[in-house]
Amino acid sequence: MAPTMRFFKSLFLFLFSISPFSFAHSASPGSSEGYTIYGRVKIPSSGANEFILPGKVSNVKVSLNGGQRVTFLRPDGYFSFHNVPAGTHLIEVAALGYFFSPVRVDVSARNPGKIQAALTETRRGLSEFVLEPLKGEQYYEIREPFSIMSIVKSPMGLMMGFMLIVVFLMPKLMENMDPEEMKRAQEEMRNQGVPSLASLLPGAARSN
Amino acid sequence: MAIRVFLIFLLFLSFTNLISALYEDQVGLMDWHQQYIGKVKHAVFHTQKTGRKRVLVSTEENVVASLDLRHGEIFWRHVLGTNDVVDGLDIALGKYVITLSSDGSILRAWNLPDGQMVWESSLQGSKASKSILNIPKNLRADKDDLILALGKGCLHGVSSIDGEVLWRHDFVGESIEISRIIHSADVILVAGFVGSEFYVYELNAKNGELLKNNHAALPYGTFGELLSVSSDILVVLDNTRSNIVTINLKNGEISYKQKQISDLIKDSSGQAVILSSRLPGMFALKVNSHVLVVKMTNEGELVVVDKINNAAAVSNALSISEDQHAFAFVHHGDNKIHLSVKDVNNWNGDLLKESIVIDHQRGNIDKIFINNYVRTDRSHGFRALMVMEDHSLVLVQQGEIVWSREDGLASVVDVTTSELPVEKEGVSVAKVEQNLFEWLKGHVLKLKGTLMIASAEDVAAIQAMRLRSSEKSKMTRDHNGFRKMLIVLTRAGKVFALHTGDGRVIWSILLPTLRKSEVCEHPVGLNIYQWQVPHHHALDENPSVLVVGRCGPSLAAPAVLSFIDAYTGVEVNSLSHDHTVAQVIPLPYTDSTEQRLHLIIDVNQHAYLYPRTPEALDILKHEFSNVYWYSVESDNGVIRGHALKSNCKAVDEYCFDMRDLWSIVFPSESEKIIAAVARKPNEVVHTQAKVMTDYDVTYKYISKNLLFVANAAPKSSGEIGTATPEEAWLVIYIIDTVTGRILHRMTHHGCQGPVRAVFSENWVVYHYFNLRAHRYEISVVEVYDQSRADNKDVWKFVLGMHNLTSPFSSYSRPEVTTKSQSYFFTHSVKTLEVTSTAKGITSKQVLIGTIGDQVLALDKRFLDPRRTLNPSQAEKEDGIIPLTDSLPIISQSYITHSLKVEGLRGIVTVPAKLESTSLVFAYGVDLFFTQIAPSRTYDSLTEDFSYALLLLTIVALIAAIFVTWVLSERKDLQEKWK
Repeated sequence: MAPTMRFFKSLFLFLFSISPFSFAHSASPGSSEGYTIYGRVKIPSSGANEFILPGKVSNVKVSLNGGQRVTFLRPDGYFSFHNVPAGTHLIEVAALGYFFSPVRVDVSARNPGKIQAALTETRRGLSEFVLEPLKGEQYYEIREPFSIMSIVKSPMGLMMGFMLIVVFLMPKLMENMDPEEMKRAQEEMRNQGVPSLASLLPGAARSN
Repeated sequence: MAIRVFLIFLLFLSFTNLISALYEDQVGLMDWHQQYIGKVKHAVFHTQKTGRKRVLVSTEENVVASLDLRHGEIFWRHVLGTNDVVDGLDIALGKYVITLSSDGSILRAWNLPDGQMVWESSLQGSKASKSILNIPKNLRADKDDLILALGKGCLHGVSSIDGEVLWRHDFVGESIEISRIIHSADVILVAGFVGSEFYVYELNAKNGELLKNNHAALPYGTFGELLSVSSDILVVLDNTRSNIVTINLKNGEISYKQKQISDLIKDSSGQAVILSSRLPGMFALKVNSHVLVVKMTNEGELVVVDKINNAAAVSNALSISEDQHAFAFVHHGDNKIHLSVKDVNNWNGDLLKESIVIDHQRGNIDKIFINNYVRTDRSHGFRALMVMEDHSLVLVQQGEIVWSREDGLASVVDVTTSELPVEKEGVSVAKVEQNLFEWLKGHVLKLKGTLMIASAEDVAAIQAMRLRSSEKSKMTRDHNGFRKMLIVLTRAGKVFALHTGDGRVIWSILLPTLRKSEVCEHPVGLNIYQWQVPHHHALDENPSVLVVGRCGPSLAAPAVLSFIDAYTGVEVNSLSHDHTVAQVIPLPYTDSTEQRLHLIIDVNQHAYLYPRTPEALDILKHEFSNVYWYSVESDNGVIRGHALKSNCKAVDEYCFDMRDLWSIVFPSESEKIIAAVARKPNEVVHTQAKVMTDYDVTYKYISKNLLFVANAAPKSSGEIGTATPEEAWLVIYIIDTVTGRILHRMTHHGCQGPVRAVFSENWVVYHYFNLRAHRYEISVVEVYDQSRADNKDVWKFVLGMHNLTSPFSSYSRPEVTTKSQSYFFTHSVKTLEVTSTAKGITSKQVLIGTIGDQVLALDKRFLDPRRTLNPSQAEKEDGIIPLTDSLPIISQSYITHSLKVEGLRGIVTVPAKLESTSLVFAYGVDLFFTQIAPSRTYDSLTEDFSYALLLLTIVALIAAIFVTWVLSERKDLQEKWK
């Protein structure tokens, strides 16, 4: 685990060093108690998820540090946490139907008001504090719509396909056979009669 | 030909296949979800002529909600954070709901129709103080309501349109305890005390400027709330609680008067309290069980207008017209509740007088809110919203209960289960089968559903039919053990029995022992246990449960015990004793009537045996040396193991002294206990050994006496964001609680709590925060027994040389090995639980209650220390999943599907009789119940299984046999004629 940790850390540093972070609007000096984190949650309005009304933000909760504080979204998707002390914090967005990555937020003590943010799941830095869902969540199995292919592909379908071939194609094949050959085969079958249990045994077969 | 017909039938058959995952139309089939709000603190009616009538409430569960006034349903609801206690609620501009929360530091506006948050303001302040929300209706300026919010020693004037703070006035410097804000046209009066000195500040409502301040020294201290009777008169009790002090602020001068309560009422021996009901020119004073309604005359004299006996609650005054103010009070009498609404100025007549019968299990009335409406004959009608002692909410109108909500269920404290009665001969309530046509119609509908050609109405019909036919809400035990009773104890001291089939309340009882009384001022319910589970030889007894409570929040408060019959919901017995309760230990022994033995440990190192029968005493004496328990003292960082020592002669024969066996003292400068989790005592383990991929056998170390303890560094034992990775570490221990031996110890550097853990079989899964990666992690530790590892040779078993039969003892030095692995997990976790099944054969799932109030089922195979990056072919066949750095979150495996269990606090799993199935109950502000089958329902057909189709197929096959037989006969005949 340890080497991977170190790797993440260096990755973070790398990300932070390459992307220009300037959250001019993201923090205000506030009072002596702490800083204010402003952010925005953007939910795509395309109806990819049929269970949740797109753009419905009234039931979205944003929590700081594992539920230490909970806030809600304004109609335009903005949220804020006031009096947050300097340090590294975690912001999570809980919205039914969407998967959000938690966000690591560094509130700098040295240059007041400087806030850096990065998604912890993808380890991607955010140049703008806009949180978007990584993916929609489908809570139900989707009933496969009725299609011929699904039936054909199922074991039952395959079995039936085979039987259909036997029933409809075999007679055709029989017809194409040489009549003499056919006769011989029929004769052979008649000679053998009803196959007995003994004839099925390997020993009996050899004696034949 | 015949074969072709048969084939078509087969084609037809192949449409149906067994369903094992949840489809959207299966919602509500096996699960139910109930939404609650909790005990109402504030209620504001919104009954404009247009639009839906609603009542806005805020509750003790930090819920802000809008309820339908006609049916009591929730229009919208928001559950605020656990620290975000709502202090005030009101309506501004007629379209915004304003809430003040978090000790007066957060002011929010919610849109009235849909509950969307419109704005949020953070109010600054530095000193803890009372928080008051006040929206003066007469301070309107430019179509903007001014909101006065007091919090943290600061008074803010806030615009209600956008939440902008227009002005603020800081009272921190004055060190004043503000207790009342009075507003008149343009002036705001802020009254409060500094010690016994009374201060009044006069502020300009427009800009918050201080106009005047004045103070006067009262010669006595005060008690309780300062109540404003009119715009310039305040009343308060003095510190002896025997005098009423009237403070007059006329013309900026402070004058005060004092009147003895004994002058108002003869019998004034009890402690008096001024009720907080706001009544113009009046106030209500509670003495003993009476409420005195005291009027302030124009001359400033106090006159008792009415004395209400057995009063329960008094509402605020409601202005119904220009000069008419009505208020309501209720009092109890002869099993009824008498509601009276009176005009404040005209005491003689009643505006309304009604008697309502309310279920006495709801207890007394705690609060009452009234609202008026205009009847068709233009007279005033009133509706009253009452908050009951059991936290339920009742709306009364025209002498009847219009609706009621069991909101006590929003604060479940503890849960246990009980079996339903056995179905007896003759009492069967089996339904008469519907006629054949109905039956066929139903199956045609089902078929339509599976063919996806059903219309919306058909789908609804199918849903209803399924619910009807499933028999899941019957009141008897079923073969599969799906039907049970969930017995829940709520914070109000009420016990409910819920049916697992549909979640309805079977019975409820407001425990008399957990009601407020003279001897027990603040009773709290602690836990609920299965007291008697009759089976085998005591089947004619009813099962019963034990409720343990305490007479107050402190450990030193005396214990109260209550025994409830689980079938009838009647309190069989109750005991309130002098001893305290620190810990309750259900022992694994039962007496001849299947009553389980319990030990109650008090704070004075004594153990008390229950039930108090000689038989129980005999059983305990027999097992005297086998009783061990432990206690965790998180504050001192000590874990101690205890055993029984001897009878303590001083009390009685059911009391025992205890001795300390061992103790583990953690270094307080480097470790602090933040979590301790043990195995469930009733868990069943099926296999002792685990076969590895190389056909090697490892034995699980299965002991009931294992304890998982997580310790954090003292600096990082707080919230996330307070510690740096360098000063944070997490040390976990697995401890044997009989010997106090530490079996396993591991340190996670750079990690901190909160730690949530679940212990099952030989493994423990725990969730914590990794500060270095800044992500949550879940770790698994599995403990294996090394001492039995050499029992691999078959010959040893044949010759009897194995050591499997040697008694397993905690005292023998265990040789254990542990395996562990850690994974990242995306979400914060509120609670962890594991599925439990009847025989323990079915594989397990870890149930994760996430921060989004959903419950995720994660297969234990994801938490397997044997996972490697590239599993070999053999390992893959064994079901080992390739190692990934984070655990997958598959959205279909949320057992709460598209629902939320708002304010999730706990998850309880109960095994069904059917091995594959586990019953899951999640509780918080909402309740949710479902059945889950971690390895799919391998031992039963699903509910969807179409018996009709099966029958149809059999019939079709038989017909096909006959047809083909006839055809082949005919063919043979033709052959022969040739």
